[in-house]
Amino acid sequence: MISGILQYEFLQNAFLTGLIIGALAPLIGVFVVVRRMSMIADALSHVALAGIAFSLLLEKNFIALAGLNPLYMGMTFSVVGSLFIEKLRNVYKHFKELAIPIILSSGIGLSAIFISLANGFNTDLYGYLFGSVSAVSRTDLQLIIIVAIFVVITLVLLYKELFLLSFDEEHAKASGIPSKVIHFIFIVMVALVIAASMRIVGILLVSSLMTIPVAASLRFAKGFKQMMFYSVIFGEVSVISGLFLSYYLDLAPGGTIVMLTVLILVISILIGKIKTRFA
Amino acid sequence: MPIIKVEDISYKYSKDLVLEDVSLQVPQGAFLAIVGPNGSGKSTLLKLILGVLKIQKGNIELFGQPIRQFKDWQKIGFVSQKANSFNSGFPATVFEVVLSGLTKKIGLFKIPRKEHKKKVVKVLESVGMLSFKDRNIGELSGGQQQRVFIARSLVSEPELMILDEPTVGVDQKNVQQFYEILEMMNKQLGITLILVTHDVATVTDKVTHVACINKTLHFHGDACEYNELNEEELSSIYGHGVQLLSHNH
Repeated sequence: MISGILQYEFLQNAFLTGLIIGALAPLIGVFVVVRRMSMIADALSHVALAGIAFSLLLEKNFIALAGLNPLYMGMTFSVVGSLFIEKLRNVYKHFKELAIPIILSSGIGLSAIFISLANGFNTDLYGYLFGSVSAVSRTDLQLIIIVAIFVVITLVLLYKELFLLSFDEEHAKASGIPSKVIHFIFIVMVALVIAASMRIVGILLVSSLMTIPVAASLRFAKGFKQMMFYSVIFGEVSVISGLFLSYYLDLAPGGTIVMLTVLILVISILIGKIKTRFA
Repeated sequence: MPIIKVEDISYKYSKDLVLEDVSLQVPQGAFLAIVGPNGSGKSTLLKLILGVLKIQKGNIELFGQPIRQFKDWQKIGFVSQKANSFNSGFPATVFEVVLSGLTKKIGLFKIPRKEHKKKVVKVLESVGMLSFKDRNIGELSGGQQQRVFIARSLVSEPELMILDEPTVGVDQKNVQQFYEILEMMNKQLGITLILVTHDVATVTDKVTHVACINKTLHFHGDACEYNELNEEELSSIYGHGVQLLSHNH
């Protein structure tokens, strides 16, 4: 694959995208997990699917829109979905988790309607569902780089506010942190990272790249920064080795990557168990 | 000028009157204990002072300003019953938790500098938790956690610190240590303290002022005077026989 990466543009695109999302997804995932919002990533990825399906439908019916990258619509849908989730969480103050199944099923429902309106799709959609090495285009890569730069800069600048909000929301509010604005920026970032990651790992598996590396590092990380560090390492290891494996064994990259994160998780749980037994 | 001035405060939750015409003043440098049985309205009074609840009747002044115009919330530190409600699985070190106390002071979009980290180290030293700085907060005992939360408030150098039953769930040995830290803050750092507690006996020899609340204010004054209250008067506050333990120092 190394020589392939040098040779073929599509492999370069896939590899660079993998490098970016391998760090980006777990990085934002750390905050998603500690804020107990793991399921939100799932809901948003399904809304992104509706955006992708909508874009493919437009493409099919309006030739003028053929050049439109479906990622744009996917991102737009998932950002709008994130706003609806926030609204619903406020409507059902005592049943906040209700927002997730509502948005998730709306996403799938819309996708199904768009797909049937277009009388089904080609293999494109399969690539979006489970990820694909060959499908990442140069414009995808450019868009993903822009998202990555925006998210990383925002995370650095708002790190201490996000940390305080995650650790102790009450204290954050009492000390005058603009918690609503920061939460809003955060959820938009989550939506963007989901849309950026789905090209490689696929819509159905994108939330696992955000949560499973974090779950593994939760087993032994000392402190928050260390947890971010390990999560990114686990994410990168899974994505890079997953891309290589899927290329050589002709597997769907999303599935391979996710199963590698699960493998890392199982190992870290086992190591933790052994440590406590012999400690 | 008193740091806090509460005038004729009454507060109702739907129809239940929980506070009635409460007035009290907290002079600078005081160590005030607000005592009262469960459901006596002491937490409500606290929430009113902290601006969490809106005033229905009466007035509150903080640092000489009406509470509605008060903006300097950084001057006020708050420690709640964290030992009880805290998610012990949260992966944050003691250092990270205390540094988060500076979030507002450092300011939006800014990154903590060396001087901020030095402050954290200093504060951790003063509460005797420096050797725990790289441990996860969840691994500590309730008393140690509470000292970390004190440090988190202390690090932003407040002039007034409000503590809402901070020793709930902390074992007796650590409670003593905890009160020693409060005394140090009050006497050495000159921080005005308000401690809400139902543990009357432990605090009366530590504090300078006592306020007894049970819907209305029953006593507000010197801690020594409070110790001279007899059992009958205390019963009228608590509604049943309360023993006042004596302290022999």
